[in-house]
Amino acid sequence: METAHPGSTPNSTPIISVSDLRMVYGSKTVLDGLNLDINADEIVAMLGPNGAGKSTTIEILEGFRSASSGSVSVLGADPITGDSGWRSQIGIVLQASSDHGKWRPRQLLSHLSDFYRPYVDPWPVDELLGLVGLDEQADQKLKTLSGGQRRRLDVAMAIIGRPSLLFLDEPTTGFDPRARRDFHDLIHRLSDLEGVTIMLTTHDLAEAEALSSRIVILAGGRIIADGSALELTHAIGRTAEITWIQEGQRHMHVTEDSTSFVRELLASDQDSPITDLEIRRATLEDAYLSIVEQFESGSDLDTQTFEGAQL
Amino acid sequence: MTSNDIQRRIPHTNPVLNLIRTGLRRGLISARIQLTTPSEIFGTVVMLAIFIGTLFFMRGSTFAGATVDLGSTGFPGIIAMGTIFGGVMGIVSVLSMDKTNGTLLRSKSVPGGTAGYLIGEITANVINTLVTSVTLLIVGLFLFDGLDFASPARWLLFITVLVLGLVSTLSIGAVLGALMSNPKFMGLVMMPVLGLIAISGIFYPIVALPLWLQGLAQAFPLYWLGLGLRSSLLPDSMAAIEIAGSWRLEWVFIVLGLWAVLGLILAPKLLSRMARRESGSAVAARRKGVAEQWGV
Repeated sequence: METAHPGSTPNSTPIISVSDLRMVYGSKTVLDGLNLDINADEIVAMLGPNGAGKSTTIEILEGFRSASSGSVSVLGADPITGDSGWRSQIGIVLQASSDHGKWRPRQLLSHLSDFYRPYVDPWPVDELLGLVGLDEQADQKLKTLSGGQRRRLDVAMAIIGRPSLLFLDEPTTGFDPRARRDFHDLIHRLSDLEGVTIMLTTHDLAEAEALSSRIVILAGGRIIADGSALELTHAIGRTAEITWIQEGQRHMHVTEDSTSFVRELLASDQDSPITDLEIRRATLEDAYLSIVEQFESGSDLDTQTFEGAQL
Repeated sequence: MTSNDIQRRIPHTNPVLNLIRTGLRRGLISARIQLTTPSEIFGTVVMLAIFIGTLFFMRGSTFAGATVDLGSTGFPGIIAMGTIFGGVMGIVSVLSMDKTNGTLLRSKSVPGGTAGYLIGEITANVINTLVTSVTLLIVGLFLFDGLDFASPARWLLFITVLVLGLVSTLSIGAVLGALMSNPKFMGLVMMPVLGLIAISGIFYPIVALPLWLQGLAQAFPLYWLGLGLRSSLLPDSMAAIEIAGSWRLEWVFIVLGLWAVLGLILAPKLLSRMARRESGSAVAARRKGVAEQWGV
């Protein structure tokens, strides 16, 4: 497991610890014995098909919903009974929000920050507006902000109480590439500079790969895969696909040892030069699709842990 | 902090005082936003202007045996109606809108935020309703010369009845707002309120109605609020055209007080139940319901 900071040894108390979590609505089982430990300073992305139970899991961890059974501990407390001190340590970026449309960013941030004062020195509002790049929109009504601006304000609201743990539920839905990149920089900055533990859900695999140190895949109410993006992709296939053009013909070769294949290939191209050489490895998307497909086809996997996979 | 401990935050100042203060500040901000947003006040202003206009043209006629014209007689009822609308409809619509747009959920994600939110929105509603009532009162004193508001005793009575009426209608509004999960049911609250206005002697003396309707109206706070306000604004001789020929002030206080107590017992329980159930998926489901309702 990659850990960005010292202090998050596997022996330390996990920030989030879930065991045998079940959630049943009537006859429908949404979570079916979920186990998950998250340590300090990790950035964990939770992926999974729609209806896999991602939102339910996040809502239980946020303390907005109580589970049918199982044990949940977040920052050392059961979220459903977490007090205000506990609440002040949790930052939440909700799925698409449209609250406080007639308020202005500076006004709203300053109001929300007052709630944290008994517990912590909140971020100074102007500094925070600068951090999320909203200085110019500080006194504009919220409903006039663009989608990306609004989302960055959501992050500002979530971190104003200097949380130890930040939840983000599909944070970049509807972003343009530039806004997405800025957003990712912001998340990295929070993790690196403030040491915030981060858990996010997303459907964007490139985003999961760019942001997270660890990916868990949820399907059928359980975690079916758990590891870094690299570990997941290596585990489903170590082969690489090599394509090139020679004598006007497109060639393709699949091998585990792409390096030596290419070395030999290039050594033997005196007669007819090779152009357009490409080496393509399995992407996280390939890994994700194959893991979910395996699961859905009924092969009964126990939680695959990819930590042991050789890199 | 050792590596095995998760650091917990404990309050270093009184968190309850802090959330009350923050809630009251929210009330001021929210009231200012509502009072300075033309779209928010347009409906209320137009409605009240129409009613006052109607009464203005009724100045020429009087109810049989009354010493004061019908315009002045009806005027205190407009203030009562404004209070009921502001208290019940105001809080119901704020709660249901804020449940749908995620404002309540946002508040829930902040320490002490739910209580702060409720304190704030109720405060804002009190401010708005008082501003509306006082504005109405000033306009009315200029327009209707049958009113008698020239003694401190009347001022005191007016304020007492208004505040008691506000507490009872606000707490009823909070109960209804907590029960109503979706703004598409606003009509379900609107209809009974309009019905109540029709039978509560707001525009025309209640003694002109059939007895069973008079009985029904007297079970609800609107009639008593109107009666109490009339007693503070009309000459004493006008009590003659009320039920039992009296202002029955003791009953004004008893009935409004009972409704206030009932509301104040129920509202906190229902509001906290409402807040407990709030989650991202609940908000998403509500939005979907509203979107389907409006066909978008």
